[in-house]
Amino acid sequence: MEAFGLLLHGFAVLLTWKTLLLMMVGLVLGIFVGVLPGLGGPNGVAILLPLTFTMDPTSAIVMLSCIYWGALFGGAITSILFNIPGEAWSVATTFDGYPMAQQGRAAEALTAAFTSSFIGSLVAVLLITFLAPMISSFALKFGPPEFFAVYLLTFCSFVGLGREAKHKTVISMSLGLLLAGIGMDTVSGNLRMTFGSAELLRGINFLVAVIGLFGISEILLTMEERLALRGHAASISLRVVLSVWKDLPKYWVTLLRSSFIGCWLGITPGGAIAASFMGYNLAKRFSKDPESFGKGRIEGVFAPETAAHASGTAALLPMLALGIPGSGTAAILLGGLMVWGLNPGPLLFVEHKDFVWGLIASMYLGNVVGLVLVLTTVPIFASILRVPFAAVAPMIVVSCAIGAYAIQNAMFDIWLMLGFGVVGYVFKKIGIPLAPFTLALVLGNRAEDAFRLSMIGSGGNLKVFWSNGLVGSITTLAIVLLFWPVIDALLSRVGLSQGPRPAPR
Amino acid sequence: MKAAVTLAAVLCGAPAFAGWEPAKPVEIVVAAGAGGASDQMARMMQAAIQKNNLMKQPIVVSLKGGASGAEALMYMKSSEGDPNKVLIAYSLIYMLPLSAKIPFNWRELTPVSVIALDQFVLWDNSAGPKSVKEFVAAAKAASAPFKMGGTGSKREDHVLTIFLEQKTGAKFSYLPYKSGGEAATQLVGNHTESNVNNPSENLEVWRAGQVRPLCVFDKERISYTSKVTDTQSWADIPTCKEEGIDVQYLMLRAMFLPGKVTPEQQAFYVELFHKVTQTAEYKDYMEKQALKPIFITGKDMVQFLEEDDATNKALMTEAGFVAK
Repeated sequence: MEAFGLLLHGFAVLLTWKTLLLMMVGLVLGIFVGVLPGLGGPNGVAILLPLTFTMDPTSAIVMLSCIYWGALFGGAITSILFNIPGEAWSVATTFDGYPMAQQGRAAEALTAAFTSSFIGSLVAVLLITFLAPMISSFALKFGPPEFFAVYLLTFCSFVGLGREAKHKTVISMSLGLLLAGIGMDTVSGNLRMTFGSAELLRGINFLVAVIGLFGISEILLTMEERLALRGHAASISLRVVLSVWKDLPKYWVTLLRSSFIGCWLGITPGGAIAASFMGYNLAKRFSKDPESFGKGRIEGVFAPETAAHASGTAALLPMLALGIPGSGTAAILLGGLMVWGLNPGPLLFVEHKDFVWGLIASMYLGNVVGLVLVLTTVPIFASILRVPFAAVAPMIVVSCAIGAYAIQNAMFDIWLMLGFGVVGYVFKKIGIPLAPFTLALVLGNRAEDAFRLSMIGSGGNLKVFWSNGLVGSITTLAIVLLFWPVIDALLSRVGLSQGPRPAPR
Repeated sequence: MKAAVTLAAVLCGAPAFAGWEPAKPVEIVVAAGAGGASDQMARMMQAAIQKNNLMKQPIVVSLKGGASGAEALMYMKSSEGDPNKVLIAYSLIYMLPLSAKIPFNWRELTPVSVIALDQFVLWDNSAGPKSVKEFVAAAKAASAPFKMGGTGSKREDHVLTIFLEQKTGAKFSYLPYKSGGEAATQLVGNHTESNVNNPSENLEVWRAGQVRPLCVFDKERISYTSKVTDTQSWADIPTCKEEGIDVQYLMLRAMFLPGKVTPEQQAFYVELFHKVTQTAEYKDYMEKQALKPIFITGKDMVQFLEEDDATNKALMTEAGFVAK
């Protein structure tokens, strides 16, 4: 129980009025930058990082990690209210969160998102507290074949478990993979599909695409349909919070499953993004009523948010113990650590105990204080939807444009964003799902690199994906999930399947 | 030009600096990902400048590691005349235009100063061979591909691997990872047999006893003699030449402004980075990360760059990495 003693010491250091005040300031700033689409997360933390340089390390850690929490909480707000995910892992939150807001249940959706974020992070922090040394050695087991297997699992679960027609999912995913190939190819060091344009060198930035695909296309659709975003008389009171909490125990399986997926993928360096998608897909698959997902089901908010935040939090562990940031925001935090001469690595836990446990303690406190803070803002944010569409739409478009520009300071990205807005509009009209497209765009490159590195390392032998227990079981699971509809149909034919299942398609 | 530098140096002693000064926050542009050697160095300079009040405007680090760093180069190129952006450059300024035909030439930027030279060390897993001789023997005897991890393709790590092959006759499978940090972790996890990371990239895992330095690719040993691990200092690592592999490579770390800035603006930054090299933060960083401190500016720098460019070009050509 050494960990417990150290943690208590960490709390003792933190519990002063000064640090609590810094915590509030950090959280409010974090929520603020999280709410601005595109600016949220990495950029926000980067802008605020220099604020902490003049502070002592403990205050600086508290402030920074609270900015981080704030940005994480804030990202859910735009996903739900405007269908604009701020970070990669907020994409799945839009699937049910946005329909809920459309039905005037914005307050409910926001409460669900914040609460499940809290639960997910809490589970992950507990894991970090008690299993840190074990987990960092687990993360070291991941070489190129293991990484590829995880990405394959994510892609396969999408095809196998998705609600949409399989061929449309595959079309959408392939287009995403194609666009992900633009730019520099790390393995060969050559440029691909840039057609001599300097703007295309960087490749297609994921966030630019997402802001266009989800945000701009939504505005286009709304303009056409003239219905949504127009002053919903949402019930806005803190009583909503209590009623959501009362229903919480009903969803314990979903919450637990998502927390588990999140923690597992979070400690896999670089796997955090996949978590929210997988949490959502599995919740849908195991639900008694999968058809209601995507139409504003509260479980569809719980599942991805819990997984996303469990993974976002667990991703801090490989960053501290191995120096590999699991997300863009974590990468900026890593830079912050180095300013104070704290080099992340295996010895950080041994040589800078005070710092590490102070950080972990601030994760607990920041999370609790953050939850209280964001819940009190629910009515304020939900009431944004009462503002008429004509007034709110231009503001959304402008902030989308600023967000897209700010990511790489490139005017080209604004045109790209508008282009993706049209693509998103067309996709929605012809019923091609956007999620596989975005997933492929964000993971395509990594999956390709991992596959090619595995092939170089094994001399071109595909058996490398079954070369040990870890990679073998992930690969096998991936293939089972890919063919799940077929397997499921076979199982129910022999009468092995239990409980109500959707009819085989 | 030289007169301007001296003039600036004299004037800077007084708090009222008469020349040009940035009126906007200054951006240090990093041509690599988070946590790599360039990023660490940029953060050190950011902290050194802010803690010692070397500049009135705040300084921010912006990571432009996309397209293996080409993003940063194109960003600098397109920022012509903007004195609020300063690039922390390394050998990619010579290599990328050759291997990937990026339309970039460092002569289009304004050189400020060379601030350090970085070493390369041959590392293996601490469970692996204990000396260069054993290492080469193991590589030659291996039946499966003998894996060398590195950062990027057709770049300094890859070039060193090719030369190791030529000098030893062993065959390596080169695995290009996205960052030096990743190459370090993959070596610790036994997914590769070796890497040629900069000292800073493997420092933490060396101190944790997870990797072993075999030799340093330089004419002479690293000069720092204080203990890094319980038993070894940087100076205890033999040179590769001592161990029978005559391969040497030093990499510049230099600051550049975009093209077409005024001499006053250039002089401001020359002076700024000169002051940075005098800070305790810089000196501490040089020693901890085993870098060679150096400060070259003005005409000397241009001459240094021309010579360095020629060396790199020759190496790239010999390794067969120049795109047709």
